[in-house]
Amino acid sequence: MSEARKVLIDPLVDNNPVTLQMLGICSALAVTTSLLPALLMCVALTSVAALSGAFISALRHRIPNNIRIIVHMTIIASLVILVDQLLKAYAFETSKQLSVFVGLIITNCIVLGRAEAFAMKNGVVMSFMDGLGNGLGYSLILIAVATLRELFGAGTLLGFPVLELASNGGWYEANGLMLLPPSAFFIIGLLIWGIRTWRTQQVERPDYQIHEVHRTEIY
Amino acid sequence: MSDKKEFDRDSISNTLIVAIGLSLVCSIIVSSAAIVLKPVQARNEELFRQQIILDVAGLMEPAADIGQLFEAIETRTVDLDTGDYVDEGDLELNVAIPDDLDIAGIGQRPRFVPVYLVKDGDNIEQIILPVYGKGLWSTMLGYLSLAPDGNTIKGLRFYSHAETPGLGDQIDKEPWRALWVGKQVYGSGDEPQIRVVRGPVPAGAPDPQHLIDGMSGATLTGNGVSGLVRYWTGSHGFGPYLKKYREAG
Repeated sequence: MSEARKVLIDPLVDNNPVTLQMLGICSALAVTTSLLPALLMCVALTSVAALSGAFISALRHRIPNNIRIIVHMTIIASLVILVDQLLKAYAFETSKQLSVFVGLIITNCIVLGRAEAFAMKNGVVMSFMDGLGNGLGYSLILIAVATLRELFGAGTLLGFPVLELASNGGWYEANGLMLLPPSAFFIIGLLIWGIRTWRTQQVERPDYQIHEVHRTEIY
Repeated sequence: MSDKKEFDRDSISNTLIVAIGLSLVCSIIVSSAAIVLKPVQARNEELFRQQIILDVAGLMEPAADIGQLFEAIETRTVDLDTGDYVDEGDLELNVAIPDDLDIAGIGQRPRFVPVYLVKDGDNIEQIILPVYGKGLWSTMLGYLSLAPDGNTIKGLRFYSHAETPGLGDQIDKEPWRALWVGKQVYGSGDEPQIRVVRGPVPAGAPDPQHLIDGMSGATLTGNGVSGLVRYWTGSHGFGPYLKKYREAG
């Protein structure tokens, strides 16, 4: 079981899909203005990643090579539509805020990336665990970003006031930038910096070094 | 396991079987989910719409049953061309809006539109009109509530828009919504006078009862709201209908 544990735990920090593999940034910018939609998005993406991993892995010996991406997309798309329909039925208000971004899980690189890189080569249980782990890794970043953005952008968490806003007679002047997509870039950038300071093995070696020209070489 | 080695997954027959089989299974799953969940989703949409109407009417209570509260509201259909109530009207029938009148930026509008009357016994207390128009980024959909004089605004609320977060999205936040309450749409004539100005309404401006503070950083969204309220209360919108109330009250 330690193998399964590893594929589940690894994507949380050491092989995080957002901060190390740089996948899924698009939705991380879009759905993190407040915490509740971000949480729902995490649940949606994690379940799609885990289930698509399991189904694709179950079919992996049958899937013809030349149409394998189409097969992946069909399975992922069906799962996403299923999740979207369920959200519209049972989490209506929040699903309105998520709007197109649930549908866009289909094109989320994390899901397709894990299907192609892992589920096609590993067993059903392992692929499920891998999808779950990557979904949770993505969730971790999303929750961190959404918490910061909602707290400093609107002074609330999950809609409950935490910092008393100046516009309501409190002391905190809401930072409007936090509600705009660029702030998610800044926060993710800072997170990556933080993680790589802590886990130095994640720091990438530069692709090439600029050659220092010595003045004697010029002539 | 011996036949497994001979199994060629890249053969044309297997490709066809996988493609067709997968499409069939997936389409059955997706369509049955859509059919099974349809009633729940339709009910959600309807409740949401009713909740917004109750909200703009100021009748919304947090823990109350929306369906029950909504029974106090009468839905009627108005023929916008004449301004009269009709018993039946084709809600899908659209009429093109002449370019020079199209200050809401919507191109066309229905001929028959539902309105919602908040009643206390036989007395009409509020008239709630559906309104929509283009903002900076999106079409903003909302409801405008008027007093039975057909002139005084009781509330304006948007339920769907995609204006800039933190700037234009104030159109649906309480402080800005509160500015509309008590304002007058019409002056002495038939043309709506109400509008959103740029920045706060200057002290000593003539007819402040028609002017709404603009939102800083969202002038274009404010212009959009101005345009749509003026369009829907104007002669091509609910103007003829509201005129009957103004003359009666």
